Amino acid sequence: MKAYPYRRVDWRPGAVLKIPSAQARIAVVTTAGFSLPDQPAFDASIRGGDCSYRVIPAGTDLASLRISHTSDAFDIAGITVDKNLALPLDRLRELVRDGVVGSRSPCHFSFMGSIPAPGRLIAKTAPEVARMLAEDAADAVLLTPV
Amino acid sequence: MCHQSVGLIQSIIERAGIPTVSITLLPEVTRRVSPPRALFVDRPFGYPLGAPNDRQLQMRIIMTALAMLATSSQAPVLSNYQEE
Repeated sequence: MKAYPYRRVDWRPGAVLKIPSAQARIAVVTTAGFSLPDQPAFDASIRGGDCSYRVIPAGTDLASLRISHTSDAFDIAGITVDKNLALPLDRLRELVRDGVVGSRSPCHFSFMGSIPAPGRLIAKTAPEVARMLAEDAADAVLLTPV
Repeated sequence: MCHQSVGLIQSIIERAGIPTVSITLLPEVTRRVSPPRALFVDRPFGYPLGAPNDRQLQMRIIMTALAMLATSSQAPVLSNYQEE
């Protein structure tokens, strides 16, 4: 692990949430490899990793999501039972109801986790997601790996 | 690899002007990718928000992570999630 040349992207100067979370619109991005039944599954056979993404609307029934990210590196049992473990759309809905969070962003995003060659992720797909989050006026984003 | 992917996507969203926070299960990798804010949850791979069907635990982890968004820093922030 130490020898692996991990990539970085310079994010400075960075952003800050200037409004209370009770007013903020929150989005989630996960690398759990979830997709909707009518979306193509992720393709684990792509060399260097599948760096595409799937848009998951806020109102999605989590039980309908498929999981393409299977790997010996993590235990899939938890997210099989409860997808809120990685994509907490039900928890966010409850936090909005309780007045802790302002609103759920209309769209959330799912990537595959294993992308050993992330060039296209950095150049194309992650910036596309960032643009869509900005268009949706998301105030902040929570990201989850598996 | 999942943690590299999250850190890169996070950094790109932050660079676009939206504040971000991630969960990490693997702080050694997150330190190397150095995204702006990460919360270390000491759980196995596959369990970023703690445990399935544990609504209260998931809520506490989410709220702890969201609380980190109000601070900005030129240096990456990596916090530990502590059970109450």
